[in-house]
Amino acid sequence: MAILADRNTRLIVQGITGREGSFHTKQMIDYGTNVVGGVTPGKGGEWVHSKPVFDTVKRAVEATGANASIIYAPAAAAGDAIFEAVDAGIGLIVCITEGVPILDMMKVYSYVKQSNSRLVGPNCPGMLTPGQAKVGIMPGYIAKPGNVGVVSKSGTLTYEVVFALTNAGMGQTTCLGIGGDPIIGTNFVDALRMFEEDPETEKVVLIGEIGGRAEVDAAEFIKSHMTKPVAAFIAGKSAPPGTRMGHAGAIIEGGEGTATEKINALLSAGVKVADNPEQIPSLLK
Amino acid sequence: MNLHEYQSKARFAEFGIPTPKGKTATTPQEVYEIARELGGAVVVKSQVLVGGRGKAGGIKVAQTPELAEQVANNILGMKIKGLTVRKVLVDPASNISKEIYLGIVNDRTTGRPVIMASSEGGVEIEQVAHENPDAIIREQINPFLGLLDYQARNLASGINLPHEHWKAFGKIAANLYKCYMASDAVLTEINPLVITKENQLVALDGKMVIDDNALYRHADLEEMRDTDAEPREETEARAAGISYVKLNGQIGCMVNGAGLAMTTMDMTKLYGGESIGPANFLDIGGGAQANKVAAALRIILADPNVKSVLFNIFGGITRCDEVARGILQALDEVKTQIPMVIRLAGTNADEGRAIIDAAHIPNLSSAATLTEAAKKAVESAQGAN
Repeated sequence: MAILADRNTRLIVQGITGREGSFHTKQMIDYGTNVVGGVTPGKGGEWVHSKPVFDTVKRAVEATGANASIIYAPAAAAGDAIFEAVDAGIGLIVCITEGVPILDMMKVYSYVKQSNSRLVGPNCPGMLTPGQAKVGIMPGYIAKPGNVGVVSKSGTLTYEVVFALTNAGMGQTTCLGIGGDPIIGTNFVDALRMFEEDPETEKVVLIGEIGGRAEVDAAEFIKSHMTKPVAAFIAGKSAPPGTRMGHAGAIIEGGEGTATEKINALLSAGVKVADNPEQIPSLLK
Repeated sequence: MNLHEYQSKARFAEFGIPTPKGKTATTPQEVYEIARELGGAVVVKSQVLVGGRGKAGGIKVAQTPELAEQVANNILGMKIKGLTVRKVLVDPASNISKEIYLGIVNDRTTGRPVIMASSEGGVEIEQVAHENPDAIIREQINPFLGLLDYQARNLASGINLPHEHWKAFGKIAANLYKCYMASDAVLTEINPLVITKENQLVALDGKMVIDDNALYRHADLEEMRDTDAEPREETEARAAGISYVKLNGQIGCMVNGAGLAMTTMDMTKLYGGESIGPANFLDIGGGAQANKVAAALRIILADPNVKSVLFNIFGGITRCDEVARGILQALDEVKTQIPMVIRLAGTNADEGRAIIDAAHIPNLSSAATLTEAAKKAVESAQGAN
């Protein structure tokens, strides 16, 4: 077991013929992910890494029985790509694309919420279920199968923590990057709920950052609903207010969304919070 | 991207929101001419991208063109929170009977725009939210339906707006929403929206923040960017495709990934204590090619406060040996004596460290962990003081 992606995942790649899409498709196939095809409008009939390319998601689903899609489309086309995947009945949609305008995401978010699809991202590294499936851009070798669930807003910081866990002999069920944008399809609470319900996950790591109140909501959820131990790290203690730190969502606004406020909320929910990401494995022992 | 008051109000006017008929000026002489043209009392308002302009003396009323010129002479060139005033807006003075607040922001929790009104206009909405949260009336907007008429009535009713103003208020709310959507804004705010003694509703002050990710489809708004308002290094970084924010500490940080970049800053502060901390946020993005590393290094070293530099690279898809060669090539281009610490982790980290160590550059050392790297960078910065 794991969450979201496993060996039953039948994945298509939207934007498979692009530079990023093609590169990461190869990486995902090499990892053992069941990639069944790809979509690029106007390139139907071509093949990429021995996988068939279709013009539309609808055709790809009809031909391959795909149940998941990963999107590498450019920012201006990402919203449309998500709508297309939802309307084709794809259950799991992972959007890697960075820089999707917020107004596009507001429409996408409202639309996805009324559907049966789950969106992860945008602006995220996707997910990795060690030994089963890699749906995204995380380097596969940093992880190994185990019982720790990892959920994070960032990319390389997640790799850092996952690699530290693996080096400490602590494998993972699923490592999930939810993205650092202000509006994202899957939030911390959604991920924590899935880890709580997953019988193989025994411990959870949460990696957050300044901006918004997703970590505070997560703390409330942990307090009232979680039985499994959680360790956390929050980035951006030294960030000044009112300034965006790289991620579109990483900004302290109106005095809200500070690292301190998030850390205090997590501590009061019984979460062990690290000062330094290298401490995470020892907090889980 | 933040728009100035005069830019925001011009945009509001395009969408049919009543605004004062003012003009901008860069010299006291121009202010005199504008005031004479407008006739009567005017308000001279500094145009800088910070709050608290009034308290800092950057907004003044003048009864005559001569007084307006005098006032402008004081305001133009003054510094408000570190920013020099280069432009003023000269508006006709209004006879205010009541000030209210009306704004639209994107709500991260619901993923929708939310429109807010308050009977307490003229003060920062965050302050009202803090001191008197019940005074703010909110309506979530369905992005597929837009702002509905009844929602504007709910706001008017919630702030006890006299019935005679409901029609005008509803129109302003609808137009503000149109302006928000058409501009890809993340915030549009009228504060205050005033009721004049002549019983008119007028947007006296305005603020807009545009989504940076949407600027590609708004060339007209991108042109409004005021690069005077940001440190020169930030302008250069944007041109080089590097995400950079200048801070006040002594340790220059170069990192791949935004979350890891913030963490690296935090670590320098954790070990640096009160006196030592990060000089910047810098996310170099994927790959860390030599030309990008060189550009980033030039930007970091342009800051005279920088006493040491910390590289923190996690090689995922990128290999650390390639990153190490890129850094050495960049150091060949950008000569510096400032102490530097490099921490490489992930793919081929050992090979990368071996390349760095073999280069025997006296002011360059490597570290195995982030903790060790941060401590070394702090020691170097302290040694330099």
